Amino acid sequence: MKQTMDKQRHSESSASKAPSRRQFFTDVARGASAAGMVGLGLTAWASSAKRSDPQAIRPPGALSGDDFLNACLRCGLCVEDCPYDTLKLATLFDPAPSGTPWFEARQVPCEMCEDIPCVAACPSGALDPALQNIDDARMGTAVLIDEKNCLNFQGLRCDVCYRVCPLIDEAITLERQRNSRTGKHALFIPTVHADICTGCGKCEEACVLDETAIKVLPMALASGSLGQHYRLGWEEKARNGGSLVPEQLKLEIRRPENSNAN
Amino acid sequence: MPTERQADRRVGAEALAQLGWWHAHRFLLLRRFCQLSILALFAASFWYELDILKGNLSSSTVLNTVPLSDPFVLAQIIASGHWPAETALLGGFIVLLFYVLIGGRSYCSWVCPVNIVTDAASWLRRRLGISKTTRISNSLRYWMLGLSLLLPMLGGLLIWELVNPVSLLQRGLIFGLGSGWVLIAMIFMLDLFISQRAWCSHLCPMGAFYGLIGKLSVIRINARNRERCDDCMDCYKVCPEPQILKPVLKGAANSVSPIIFASDCTNCSRCIDVCAESVFEINTRFTTEVENKK
Repeated sequence: MKQTMDKQRHSESSASKAPSRRQFFTDVARGASAAGMVGLGLTAWASSAKRSDPQAIRPPGALSGDDFLNACLRCGLCVEDCPYDTLKLATLFDPAPSGTPWFEARQVPCEMCEDIPCVAACPSGALDPALQNIDDARMGTAVLIDEKNCLNFQGLRCDVCYRVCPLIDEAITLERQRNSRTGKHALFIPTVHADICTGCGKCEEACVLDETAIKVLPMALASGSLGQHYRLGWEEKARNGGSLVPEQLKLEIRRPENSNAN
Repeated sequence: MPTERQADRRVGAEALAQLGWWHAHRFLLLRRFCQLSILALFAASFWYELDILKGNLSSSTVLNTVPLSDPFVLAQIIASGHWPAETALLGGFIVLLFYVLIGGRSYCSWVCPVNIVTDAASWLRRRLGISKTTRISNSLRYWMLGLSLLLPMLGGLLIWELVNPVSLLQRGLIFGLGSGWVLIAMIFMLDLFISQRAWCSHLCPMGAFYGLIGKLSVIRINARNRERCDDCMDCYKVCPEPQILKPVLKGAANSVSPIIFASDCTNCSRCIDVCAESVFEINTRFTTEVENKK
């Protein structure tokens, strides 16, 4: 009975070229589940793309993390206006989500143009126009990642990363340490100051090793994070103008009688 | 191997004989010229710094001043919770206005480079006589559209833009395709072997988006001389959205307008090319009464 009714309805509806209600719900269910499967696949893809993303160094002024990915139109205008061909646009399997600008410092580092043409070219604000001074850029930070092979750690005076740094003696300094191998020389340890380093990557490009010992990493990858509950005593002391804990008890030193105090 | 029936009569053979090769291909040639010159201008800007048209179809500037942005990408960006800068919004508005006037899916047939890929697949399908096809719902593209706007809302990431073959191809042709050709080859194979016109007419959310934009558009294809139709079926064979043809061709009895108001129409005008009887015309939505006056 029901079947015949359905059949009837079906034939009626096909005559009038309007889909039956059942057909409609079937179509909706099929469409929804197909779209759902595509969505699931895409989300999986996206999360893996996000994981590989930290390797990509972004142009100066790039908003951080997801904010950048959301704001970027993938138009390549920053890439076009980069006079040194530093920036490139990611394709499907690059370590950056496809269509977004990135660069490999070891190949071509950022030359830190004073007028920051890439930022000026960005129509969407993904590269923040508030960045006016290129020295304020935070594309990432250099990290001397391989202390074993770095020539300066061997006691040699390579210093190349230090010398090419546009912010020499600010972003990278040479810190002296005792060379315990010879016992009488100094090690000049290249030391990156992440609060000043722009992440331009000139040090990474210049490193004389076959595989660079100093690498630019995105901030998110390079920096740790101190637990909120930590209080650094010296900072608290400075902030409060004095120690927060009571002075330590001074105990009287009692010596055995007739002992020889030095 | 073409079957005998198809080998007997190629699509558009009468038009070819009657109107000549150029006339029977004029809109196809115009479209290819349009698509390729847009890409060429973008490429010229990137490679030779000839900044007539700079950027790509997601966002660009004309002569370094007028911004143009893809409203579909902007919609995704807004869905992700980011408010784009004014330049991008202005660019999006200009593009939106343009397609509202000339027909939203004109983007698909006159600008989008994926159209060349899928047209090639469709042509090869006809030439090889592949008729087997998996049916995909025409409305799946709207689900895909919903998905591409919903995922950024849920995950706060432009997930669709990671894989969008349309952006990927046009970007790739200008900046280097890299591994992106894999995705384009997949679309070609899908259209050729699995389902006829699968991508552009069934799946692509961009097409759906531009279709919605074009609902009110002024430029329309018009089956103005539909009484001349001799049922050769050639227009059905070349049309990427053949379901929209029957009502306007055969609707005279039910006083259905000969103007194609369906927003799925890409204004590709290939139906005009292949019709030996010159049934179709391209004009505006306001020319309704022409047929009745005749």
